[in-house]
Amino acid sequence: MNIELNINGSTHSVECEDRTLLVEAIRDQLGLTGTHVGCDTSQCGCCTVHLDGQAVKSCSMLAVQAQGARITTIEGMASGDTLHPVQMAFSACHGLQCGFCTPGMIMASADLLRRHPDPTDDQIREGLAGNICRCTGYVNIVAAVKTAAKMIQQAPANRA
Amino acid sequence: MYPFTYVRATALADVTQRLKADPDAKLLAGGMTLLPTMKMRLAAPSQLIDIGRLTDLTGVSAEGDGLTIGAATRHAEVAAHATVQSVIPALAALAQGIGDPQVRARGTLGGSVANSDPAADYPAAVLGLDATVITDRRSIPAGEFFKGLFTTALATDEVIRAIRFTRPVRAAYAKFAQPASGYAMAGVMVAELATGIRVAVTGAGPCVFRWTDAEAALTRHFSSESIDALSLNPSGLNADLHADAAYRAQLVKVMAAQAVARLTGTAR
Repeated sequence: MNIELNINGSTHSVECEDRTLLVEAIRDQLGLTGTHVGCDTSQCGCCTVHLDGQAVKSCSMLAVQAQGARITTIEGMASGDTLHPVQMAFSACHGLQCGFCTPGMIMASADLLRRHPDPTDDQIREGLAGNICRCTGYVNIVAAVKTAAKMIQQAPANRA
Repeated sequence: MYPFTYVRATALADVTQRLKADPDAKLLAGGMTLLPTMKMRLAAPSQLIDIGRLTDLTGVSAEGDGLTIGAATRHAEVAAHATVQSVIPALAALAQGIGDPQVRARGTLGGSVANSDPAADYPAAVLGLDATVITDRRSIPAGEFFKGLFTTALATDEVIRAIRFTRPVRAAYAKFAQPASGYAMAGVMVAELATGIRVAVTGAGPCVFRWTDAEAALTRHFSSESIDALSLNPSGLNADLHADAAYRAQLVKVMAAQAVARLTGTAR
């Protein structure tokens, strides 16, 4: 079947099967390989994207289910050469080790900051409960989210 | 996943027609259980009928002495909804504790209840708050709805439209979550209803159940000490690598006492 997906602000026509997962369409059909597949069982959160602004796991929904929704992937977070504040904060705080979980962490963190603009450590840890860092680099990830919150508060225009 | 045909439903009547015409069709709402099950090839429906965007099935409305919540309402919406938080705070808190944020953004109330997973949270709210399951053809009291492991009173072509919750006098839900999955290893809803005390247990047995000894003990004296004096028979409870039946029975007791302590304002 042929479906239309609105990804990062532009509409793409995608040829896929009914059973094609959203993450497969994003990576294999559209070549947006920043969205990763880790566990493929809806636990690790590497495949997190935004669906109408909300973080979801793209390995656990069908591409066809996303028709009519606005999808944002990690590639859509920066504006031109300016990184999203969450991306800047992960870089500044070294909120990553191997980096495999990072796109999903950033997408989940951006959604978390939408719901909790000034989160406590507990809210950050609870908000990232759906994302696993196998390097266990959580301390700097939490620091990065706190830093991102401050950056967004100081310059709200940066918020994507 | 084995191949199937996807259909996005536009009206409830159309859904019923399709279910009648194809006994191997399944409803897709949030897909948080169904799609992973299909990926593991433990289910192979011929057709998925997507009801996730049917507006008749979504939303929260306050009515009289309670709430009606559409079956396709997502956990995140129930958790964050001001009306749910004010009318039945224990229900909002339960929804906030399901899975993780991404799962709560997709998973639905009706999906959780229709699946009757032994470790799901919502069945404890439905049974503990004596809710009513409203389908496309009838209203089913919670006590007659859950029949066993992944089994309910629903006919194969029946669709849950909404769940109607009556406001309890007070209620609290305590759960011991499996640390990786967030599923309940034991979850207990303790509620004081106009009709009496209810204690509903999920995660511990093949299906949600009422712990009637605890209900009787709390009716005599509403305190966590009343729970301390009881023991739940582990016979028939779930056993897996995380917890054997005796340990689960103990967890149920501890969670029940915690829920009661929250209601009586005593720390535990």
